[in-house]
Amino acid sequence: MTRPVIVLLAALAITLPLSLLAGQVWIDPFGPPVPNATAILMELRLPRALLALILGSGLGAAGAAMQGYLRNPLADPGLFGIAPAAALGAVLSFYTGYEIQAVTLPLFALTGAAGAMALLALIAGRSGGIALFTLAGMMIASLAGALTSLAISLSPNPFALSEIVTWLMGALADRGWHEVRLAAPLTLLGLLALWRAAPALDALALGEAAARSLGVEPARLLALMILAIGLIVGSGVAVAGMIGFVGLMVPHFVRPFTDQRPSATLLPSALAGALLLLVADCLCRILPLQGGELRLGIALSLAGAPFFLRLLLKLRRELA
Amino acid sequence: MLEALGLTIPHRLHEVTTQLRAGTVTAIVGPNGAGKSTMLAALAGLHAPTTGTVTLDGQPLAQLVRQERARRIGYLPQAGEVAWNLSVRTLVGLGRLPHRTSAAENAEAVKQAIAAMQLEPLAERALATLSGGERARALLARVLATEPHWILADEPLAALDLAHQQALIRRLRALAQEGTGVVLVVHDLALAMNHADHVIVLDSGKLIAQGPPQEALSEHFVAQVWNLKARWLGETGHRALAL
Repeated sequence: MTRPVIVLLAALAITLPLSLLAGQVWIDPFGPPVPNATAILMELRLPRALLALILGSGLGAAGAAMQGYLRNPLADPGLFGIAPAAALGAVLSFYTGYEIQAVTLPLFALTGAAGAMALLALIAGRSGGIALFTLAGMMIASLAGALTSLAISLSPNPFALSEIVTWLMGALADRGWHEVRLAAPLTLLGLLALWRAAPALDALALGEAAARSLGVEPARLLALMILAIGLIVGSGVAVAGMIGFVGLMVPHFVRPFTDQRPSATLLPSALAGALLLLVADCLCRILPLQGGELRLGIALSLAGAPFFLRLLLKLRRELA
Repeated sequence: MLEALGLTIPHRLHEVTTQLRAGTVTAIVGPNGAGKSTMLAALAGLHAPTTGTVTLDGQPLAQLVRQERARRIGYLPQAGEVAWNLSVRTLVGLGRLPHRTSAAENAEAVKQAIAAMQLEPLAERALATLSGGERARALLARVLATEPHWILADEPLAALDLAHQQALIRRLRALAQEGTGVVLVVHDLALAMNHADHVIVLDSGKLIAQGPPQEALSEHFVAQVWNLKARWLGETGHRALAL
């Protein structure tokens, strides 16, 4: 195990139990007993923390893999257009009625993600070309975005409208074991697919021709990437809405502590993503904010956009 | 033996047939756009020809398992791009990807490849800190780390100064003597004349001449292909092209 992995595991081991104590009701393990402490911990905070770990690790690793696949440090799992497509599916579920929405929302979101994956594979799959693939992803993202806007503008009633908009912002509030059971296996499958793709991502550092000469089959790698990102991002959107920037930021934090091979950044990025989402969600929970808590998706975008800007400036300096 | 039979790729190569023997250095020469890089990539199994076949020791490349082909044919593309700021040792280590050998074996192969390219003092340096020539040597060391039976390199000498060019060509010749097949795309005709065992002259995708350098690079073919009136001066092994 490498040093960054050990450090991150230790940080997670410390942060996870601490995060369970923080929230609107603070639980002091050495203080007087808090009413309903067990219920708060087991039914509210533990599943929420686990969800942060699952989604964070998935998004972190997916970001590292995407940057490796596109050979670009500015790449993000969002480039595939899978998240907007999953969001479109989720938004459509608001039309099915409140009673069955607990079932239809993740189902529709995953269907949206699967649809985007299939469309990507259809457009760019046979050639395995990376540029075509990225453009196809952007096209899907903008199409899904437009359809989501249409769905919102045709929203059946103002209540549904506010539901949709709030949900789109992305959060882990009020999520429970049901969501953990949904996201955990899908994310795990996605991570396995990324792990299978790791050697090919390393070879790709040498360019497509050299990678093929080292035995990489571009079409197979593309299929693995679509599968992995689809599972991870699709299940993430299904349980928590849109949470961006994790996949973009996290690999940059860990890359300097690795030998820079994409495969070497996968595991540290997964752990750092888990840590980032756990801490960010915890902060969202305890920040005093009028009218409820800060949405996790907003918080990460607020932190992520300046980070992206700083990255751009740094790259510009390096290129100059 | 690496053989191309009637290799045709539309607009790039036309009916190219050649036999390359292991243990020799082959130079592919020709003017810009002659199809040199395409031919090299086809020989490496990276360009599926529309008609014709490439066989390695009698077996069509297309039938070889990808990993097996990757272990036997090392290929260095012309654009020596590397996406991340890897260290030399990490870069060279990528050459071990087709192998399923132990970490110790991989480390040993990497060490030897680094030594062969005289890169030991630079082994832990990041690529971004290297000069063009050092980088070219590191990229070639990556191919050596695979320990392939064939080394196919697209202009590996272009970025090197004269001394490193000579050192590298000596190194490649030594590898050929040990039995490795070496195929190089080169622009420098004198280099091909003095150091190759076999020369393939391409023009507009067609094979114009092939054979020992004295024949394939005769003044007649130089005039025909490059449209240059030139004469070879000096003795065998030290010849220079005078315009």
